[in-house]
Amino acid sequence: MEKKGTYRVKSGLAEMLKGGVIMDVTTAEQAKIAETAGAVAVMALERVPADIRAQGGVARMADPTKVQEIMAAVTIPVMAKVRIGHFVEAQVLQSLGVDYIDESEVLTPADPDYHVNKWGFTIPFICGARNLGEACRRLAEGAAMIRTKGEPGTGNVIEAVRHMRLMNEQIREVIAAPQEELMTMAKDLGAPYEMLLAIREHGRLPVVNFAAGGIATPADAALMMQLGCDGIFVGSGIFKAEDPATRARAIVEATTHFEDAAKIASVSEGLGEAMSGIAIETIPEHEMMQNRGQ
Amino acid sequence: MIVGVLALQGAVREHVISLNRLGIESRVVKREKGLEGLSGLILPGGESTAISLLADDSFLHHLKDLARTGFPMFGTCAGMILLASGIEGRDAGYIGVIDITVSRNASGRQVDSFETILDIEGIGQDVPAVFIRAPYITSHGASVRPMASHDGQWVMARQENILVASFHPELTEDTRVHEYFVGMAKEIGK
Repeated sequence: MEKKGTYRVKSGLAEMLKGGVIMDVTTAEQAKIAETAGAVAVMALERVPADIRAQGGVARMADPTKVQEIMAAVTIPVMAKVRIGHFVEAQVLQSLGVDYIDESEVLTPADPDYHVNKWGFTIPFICGARNLGEACRRLAEGAAMIRTKGEPGTGNVIEAVRHMRLMNEQIREVIAAPQEELMTMAKDLGAPYEMLLAIREHGRLPVVNFAAGGIATPADAALMMQLGCDGIFVGSGIFKAEDPATRARAIVEATTHFEDAAKIASVSEGLGEAMSGIAIETIPEHEMMQNRGQ
Repeated sequence: MIVGVLALQGAVREHVISLNRLGIESRVVKREKGLEGLSGLILPGGESTAISLLADDSFLHHLKDLARTGFPMFGTCAGMILLASGIEGRDAGYIGVIDITVSRNASGRQVDSFETILDIEGIGQDVPAVFIRAPYITSHGASVRPMASHDGQWVMARQENILVASFHPELTEDTRVHEYFVGMAKEIGK
């Protein structure tokens, strides 16, 4: 007897992606470049975050034709983004057979208050988080994988670092706390009590946690890995750079050999220009993607 | 004894935990030199294309030579693809040290991934198994012993020192499959 869509099957795929790099792609051709460079999965979307940021307007789920072209072009898993709370976009992606759905703050939120009830789907979901409270709420809604949000489309790693350090710090506190402090901690974090118990049992977040939002160089990827994430998302950082194929391969190598400085040095040579990048202080508050969907 | 887990990419931690449950010391291996002094090597699940790109040719050759000297290896999912001599839709295998042909993602996309229980010859009954975008064994040579099937397809096999599985025993708490591999490595090490 086969049981599909169990939580173990959903979180299991994320376990297989660990130590790897997931790359944003907007065409079948880019998807092939990503696969050839050693990506463990691709994220199909209409525009990379840097373009969404620059062009504005409402960012939605990608055209199904485009998603299917990308699915046909590669054998690695294909993820695709839905707007926060847009459960019909999620139903559409599930019917297309994508391998993972990213309920993402990069797109314009569809619901001001609520996320998708992810338990109702066979396809697993990944969600962004800035801190442990957000991560635990998304897990309680049924997400099977987490990524720190960072600030997408900036090529600036500072927010990814901020979120990963904060999450690590909060996890350490949950693990070290005496039992009687746990309920108040749950209240303060806005995290379900049961999720905190799960963190104590596992000694870490009970699912895979990737880093995302601003990673642009091999050293950025290795930095996030050394800070303890399980793998890397690169959005605009690859196809907004001068030489995407070489940079993609270099980021993959740096993610695997993240503790080997000599290796990171050698793959970082002659990569050409990285994406130009944006200082976070220059972004108006209402344009900060990370504040969406808390 | 120390059992290595190839750690270029994939579900490394889960194999380490499974070995730990059996009281077996483990070591994660990213380079050729990490292989010294091991009694066996587990090639975990992950993305086989990514893992094969991360392992350079000399590392793959070294693993092949090692397997030919009788060194025990166990590949799960992507690990099975790396060890297979034939891969459908591809000219050649990667390490290619077990006489099987595999079909990648034969169980379909993630929406078709599933868990089930298997009866495995030489291991036992009702062994929980998680199949994630799993490859199946579509044909095998005479010297290969198929050990388990699902839905009419072979999903586990052994040829002397090489053990392969389509599924992920490391995602469950049942340690019988790892125990079998450890037993195999001890036997060969004698």
